[in-house]
This record gives sequence, C-alpha cells and structure tokens, in this order.
Amino acid sequence: MSLASLIFYFFEAMAALSAISILFVRNVFYGALLLIVCLLCIAGIYVLAFAEFIAVTQILVYAGGILVLIIFGIMLTSRISGKPLMVTNRNWFAALLVGGFFFALLVTLFSKQEFSAGIAKTETHENMIQSIGILLMSDFILPFEIAGMLLLLALIGSAVTASFMKSKNEDVSR
Amino acid sequence: MFPVEHILYLSALLFSVGLMIVIIKRNAIVVLLGIELMLNASNLNMVAFNTLHPGLFSGQFFALFVIIVAVCETAVGLAIVLRVYRHYQTSVPDQITELKD
Repeated sequence: MSLASLIFYFFEAMAALSAISILFVRNVFYGALLLIVCLLCIAGIYVLAFAEFIAVTQILVYAGGILVLIIFGIMLTSRISGKPLMVTNRNWFAALLVGGFFFALLVTLFSKQEFSAGIAKTETHENMIQSIGILLMSDFILPFEIAGMLLLLALIGSAVTASFMKSKNEDVSR
Repeated sequence: MFPVEHILYLSALLFSVGLMIVIIKRNAIVVLLGIELMLNASNLNMVAFNTLHPGLFSGQFFALFVIIVAVCETAVGLAIVLRVYRHYQTSVPDQITELKD
C-alpha cells in the first residue's frame, strides 16, 4: 500500500467517523466542529483526486466562512444563561430506516457499475489554475456571472432578514 | 492508487448520514449542518467522476458552483433562524406551530 493511498484511506475514515458522530453528539457547538473536521477531510480527498482548486476553495469557504457563520448562529440563538445549546433527538427508527435503505441502495448501485481503472497518476496539467481561470472567463462565463449575482442577492437578503428592525408585535423591551 | 468506487461509497455514507441528521435532530441549526453534509457528498461525486476524464473540468466547475449555492443557502437559512428565534424565542422547528402572530 503506497503512502498516497494510506493518506487517502485515513481521510476517508476520518470523514466518515466525524460525520457519523454528529448523529450522537448532543452539543450543537461540537456538532459544528465535527462538521468542519469532516469538510477538511473531504478537502484532503479533493487534493488526492487532482482537484486542488476545489480543495482550496473548500477550505477557504467552509473553514473560513461557514464555520464562523454557524458559530455566530449558535451563539446568537442560545440564551444568555451560559448553558451550551443542546439538541434533542426524535424519530430514530424512521431515520435509521430511511438512511440505511438509501445507503444500501446507493452501495448496490455503485457496486454493480464498472468504472474504468481508477484514479491513476495522469499527466500533470502543469498549470491547472491558469486553465481554470481561462475556462471560468470563456466557457463558464454565464454561470460565473449568475453566481456573482446570487451571492449579492444572498448578502442583501440575509442582511435585511437578520437586521434589528422591530416587527410590529415584537416586544420593545427585549 | 485508490479506485473511484471508494470515493463513491464515502459520498453515499455522507449523504445518508446527512439525511438522518435532518430527520433526527430537533434544532434548525443542526438541520442546516445536515444539509451541508449532503451538498458535500454530491460535490465529492462530481470530483470523483471528473477524475475519470482528465483534461475536462466540467465536474470541478459544477462542484465550485454547488459550493457557492451552499454558501448562499447557509447565509439565508441562518438569517431566517435568527429572525425566527428573535420572534418565538426558540430554534426548534416543531415548536413553531403558528403562522400568524
């Protein structure tokens, strides 16, 4: 077993373990931290699958953006009493049924397919960032612009939604 | 090196776990975490299939735009959770049972 595949299986095991343990952790803050561990391991898998740009984007966006956002959300929605925000579970049976059957379905579908050889060391695109930039400005210009528009809309929308405007029936004293 | 199937198995596991989190947990923020997990499982599939076609970048671009949409979804979703919390003093979706004030 080569070093690269050893690292690959390490990342896979870490991602799977941290994702499963979100199910059993009751503190929401720990859940967010476990999610970040899982997403960073997925970024490592991206690097090993020759998608470096996606890996860097994943680290920047998730560890830098979404983690901070989610932790802000947790802090703002827990009461001031100092207790951590706990979550309760329900519907274990239904969730196990749905999740287990869906996983079994996907695994049987994937195991019936024959994919060609696997991820081998292809010829190194010596300047992958450059070709991604050129493609982003030529072939993928329309989704790029729409993504920029969507980000602006989401920024304005979330700022307006979360702003401190008093609605009519809200208590002024809080 | 490692086969593509193992990435696909991991993504199947992550998607099912995300689905179970959405069903099981009773807090809106944790439900958002589960949705993030499902989006990342789909991204993993796109990158895995893109490795079968070296020289093409369509899968990676799809993954990139999925990440952008996931960011927007998280921002707007957390804003709605904050707003709902400020109004109802709870972030448990089961306790929010009335539409009007």
